[in-house]
Amino acid sequence: MHEMSLCEGIREVLEAQARAHRVNRITRVRVEIGRFAGVEKPALDFAWGIVMRGSPAEDATLEMIDLPGRAMCFDCATEVEIDDRLAPCPHCGGGKLMPTGGDEMRIKDLEAI
Amino acid sequence: MCTVCGCGDGKVVGQSHHHDHDHDHHHDHDHDHDHDHGHRHDHHGHGDLHFGQGPAGTEVPGMSQARLIEIETSILSKNDRYAAENRAFLRGREVLALNLVSSPGSGKTTLLVQTIKALTGLPVAVIEGDQQTANDADRIRATGAPAVQVNTGKGCHLDAHMVGHAMEHLKIASQGILFIENVGNLVCPAAFDLGEDAKVAILSVTEGEDKPLKYPDMFTAARLAIVNKTDLAPHCDTDLDLIDDNLRRVNPGIQILHLSARTGEGMAGWLGWLMAELAAKTGRQAAE
Repeated sequence: MHEMSLCEGIREVLEAQARAHRVNRITRVRVEIGRFAGVEKPALDFAWGIVMRGSPAEDATLEMIDLPGRAMCFDCATEVEIDDRLAPCPHCGGGKLMPTGGDEMRIKDLEAI
Repeated sequence: MCTVCGCGDGKVVGQSHHHDHDHDHHHDHDHDHDHDHGHRHDHHGHGDLHFGQGPAGTEVPGMSQARLIEIETSILSKNDRYAAENRAFLRGREVLALNLVSSPGSGKTTLLVQTIKALTGLPVAVIEGDQQTANDADRIRATGAPAVQVNTGKGCHLDAHMVGHAMEHLKIASQGILFIENVGNLVCPAAFDLGEDAKVAILSVTEGEDKPLKYPDMFTAARLAIVNKTDLAPHCDTDLDLIDDNLRRVNPGIQILHLSARTGEGMAGWLGWLMAELAAKTGRQAAE
């Protein structure tokens, strides 16, 4: 996807937070990534170290928390959790699933000193 | 590797001077900002940390409560703010904005050219996104419609900030349609809200019936799918029903239109859809 620019977005948020909370150094950042967010985690990890250079989050650890994929089944009208974007409904086996969650890309919190 | 999207495509040839300039400018700006920030920090030193409301209820093993700052902000929040500005601007002018997304070569520009020709008398403006060249904007301008080309350089998608700038350069008349032709890419543009009313995904019959299954995110994000180049379907043994089934499998609510921008077959349905959307937008606002 575009993990490098996502990291740049994270960096801007972290810098604003560091300013607001008067924090010198960020040591750990937790982000929540939905299963359907289209984020390649190894690529995000790779970009992280490069993009955070020179920022308060330089050398900070990036922790990625997986959020499940959720979808509404149009056949049985149930909200279900699915691992795969094309998986059938675990309730009725139907194939018409509209994703309702799992596209999250959120910075949850940070640890600072 | 692409420095923006990390997509592993290292072949960036023929970078124009223009592109380098734009890119450097952007980068310098960001960097300056960073520097200011670091500077300010030095003055504050290890000041008080106000966690008034605290991380209520979040007990994280290994993380000290006192030094934990809750953020809960979307990574794309900056883009989303620009998108909201774009949306407000377009709402004020009662302009219907459509974000056209597809793979390269699906026929977006040809469809746009034919659409503009058919929409005589209606104000139409176009933002053209590509990595390089102004070819597409030139094709649009040849129809008489105002167009701005946005070259993303190495970028794999348009973002709301780029579109906001492009709108400043474009004369967008009230109660018309703004088409934003995104960079040909079925992956990245899905996540970036530009302030549009709807994403329209274009898929040509030569691309294979299973394209929606291969790139589900884009077809899930789209409200309308246009299956283009239907005149070629018999020559490619394309199963149009299977394309529809696959589209509905990844997005049960998606609207589907079949057409050929080249022959004009099915264009009436598309033009009807556009007029209905435009009427809904201007009517909605009249009612507000």
